[in-house]
Amino acid sequence: MSNSAAVKSGGFRLGLLLLALPLLLWLFLLVILPHIDLLLVSLRERISYGKYEFSLINYVEFFTEPLYWNTYVRTAVMSIFATVLTLIIGFPVSYYIAKVIRGKGKNALFLMCLIPFWVSELVRTFGWMILLRESGVISNLLQWIGVADGPVEMLYNDAAIMVGLVYTSMLFMVVPLVSVLDSLDDSLIEAGYDLGGNAFTITRDIVVPHAMPGIASGCIVVFMLTLGNYLTPNLLGGKDSLWFTEQIYTQFITRFNWESGSAFGFLLLVLSSVIVWVGLKLSKQTLSQTVG
Amino acid sequence: MADLKLDQIRKRYGAVDVLHGIDLDVKDGEFVVFVGPSGCGKSTLLRIIAGLEEITGGELMIDGDVVNTKSPRDRGIAMVFQSYALYPHMTVYKNMAFGLKLDKQDKSAIDARVREAARILQLDQLLDRRPSELSGGQRQRVAIGRAIVRQPKVFLFDEPLSNLDAALRVQTRLEIAKLHQDLKSTIVYVTHDQVEAMTLADKIVVMNGGNVEQVGSPMQLYHHPETRFVAGFIGSPAMNFTNVRIDAVAPGKVTVSAPGGIKSVLPFEVPQSEVGKIVELGIRPEHLAPGDEETLSVNGEVDVVEKLGDSTYLYIKLANGDRVTVRAPGHSRIKIGDMVTASAPAGAAHLFDGDGKAFVKVDYPAEFSAEE
Repeated sequence: MSNSAAVKSGGFRLGLLLLALPLLLWLFLLVILPHIDLLLVSLRERISYGKYEFSLINYVEFFTEPLYWNTYVRTAVMSIFATVLTLIIGFPVSYYIAKVIRGKGKNALFLMCLIPFWVSELVRTFGWMILLRESGVISNLLQWIGVADGPVEMLYNDAAIMVGLVYTSMLFMVVPLVSVLDSLDDSLIEAGYDLGGNAFTITRDIVVPHAMPGIASGCIVVFMLTLGNYLTPNLLGGKDSLWFTEQIYTQFITRFNWESGSAFGFLLLVLSSVIVWVGLKLSKQTLSQTVG
Repeated sequence: MADLKLDQIRKRYGAVDVLHGIDLDVKDGEFVVFVGPSGCGKSTLLRIIAGLEEITGGELMIDGDVVNTKSPRDRGIAMVFQSYALYPHMTVYKNMAFGLKLDKQDKSAIDARVREAARILQLDQLLDRRPSELSGGQRQRVAIGRAIVRQPKVFLFDEPLSNLDAALRVQTRLEIAKLHQDLKSTIVYVTHDQVEAMTLADKIVVMNGGNVEQVGSPMQLYHHPETRFVAGFIGSPAMNFTNVRIDAVAPGKVTVSAPGGIKSVLPFEVPQSEVGKIVELGIRPEHLAPGDEETLSVNGEVDVVEKLGDSTYLYIKLANGDRVTVRAPGHSRIKIGDMVTASAPAGAAHLFDGDGKAFVKVDYPAEFSAEE
């Protein structure tokens, strides 16, 4: 009896292991292993061909060269700003989809948020370039109605980068927000009005606290996507974009300096982890609440 | 505390009329219960009073002021929601204080009122808990407490007991009744449960299909239902109905008969024009008893017997196919298949015309009267 139970539970465990194997393999081979290698590579210095030594020179270089850490800080600040902007725009949209509109319109609106993601990020970013460039749609329109008397260049500045980043990440903010706001019982909002609240106090005291896990998870995803984005800042910001991912690209591909590129990659990982951790602490959320 | 007046209140969603002009007067301190089947518009009417639904037509007055366009906060009402609508991220104390905080009252006043309400509702020990740590009955009390602290003119209850189990429902019902005695406030209460309506109400409003069928005290509705709908809705088990023919009428008297036994003279004022017509006769199960001692008798075969201990429900199949429920006292020995005659006093009968309107009953004994 006890023997067969043991066999059974053993079989159950084996089944679980087999089910989890693809995930574990993926995590180990594609995430953990490369990062270990990245760390090891970042902690060595090339002495001569095929000869390396342990050294912190790559990290020292990062802190002594103002361009590097200026880009680093700028990327972090811009990413935080883009995340906040996405939240500010995404929240009313999500609230409208989840709580105001009913029936078919709800699905249609949700689909409209999704449709841009049927084309690749490259195409979407080119879309913005067509709109914003000197010979683009908006520039021509402004000239045609007489607001501007010559071509207007709207690309290659921070605002253009911001537009692209917010646009690219919007869906990742709207989806968790809609799902968390959907779970907010209408009677909680009605009770708020009944208890003497107005739109502002109810949003502040009832809707936002309820939506906090969704806000946190949306912000984490958007922040990480933005921080690690290469394409959008590069295309819309041009040479002046100064995004940290571009520095990593340059180290690896242009300078062929894998040691320094690895160090930068590791520093980016540290940066996103620290900022997400601080964000969770400030909003009094835990990672398990946010993901679960 | 205040009175409440509804004047031709209408509500329309798109092309659908939900309320067809509701008139109602609620006096200061009265406990009014809206009762009716689901979809009859009772909850919509409550939400209109609360200010959560817009009024399509008519006038709503609280304490003499027209409040049609006033926001919920300016109406002086407090609602207890069916789902309780407690805020999960706030403690019991904060939930109860929330309305007062929005009202910008000072801390010590809020504290005094919350603690007073908590004392009345025996929530003193639970003030620091979250709603998720409370039982259903405790959550219900917090929801009531949140309404009490605001000292509203009118309390609104939307099916407050429907999420509780049977035993707790009876207990909470008693607590609400006691609360009304203590606070002496005006209460409007919505339920689909006629037992709650009968036990709690000073005045019951029976609603059906967006109309008020009848307004009256519980005993008025029980003894003098004005329509067949009210007669069938109030009382448990439900009133028996069977078709009878009007054979003859005289002042204060009507002779009715049905194939298969019923032939009786009943004390109703029926116009001459009704002679020969088929009308509906209603008798409550508790007014019928096995035996033929009383004037109005029915007979048939028993096809179901339900024994409850204190009484026995006999389901008798009449010759015309209708089934009649008889509430026999005690533990009856009658078995399935027995041929049984049951009878009721003529004064216990109800008679409804083809449109379901009751004929006026005259000259009936005190036990079938709503007068105290």
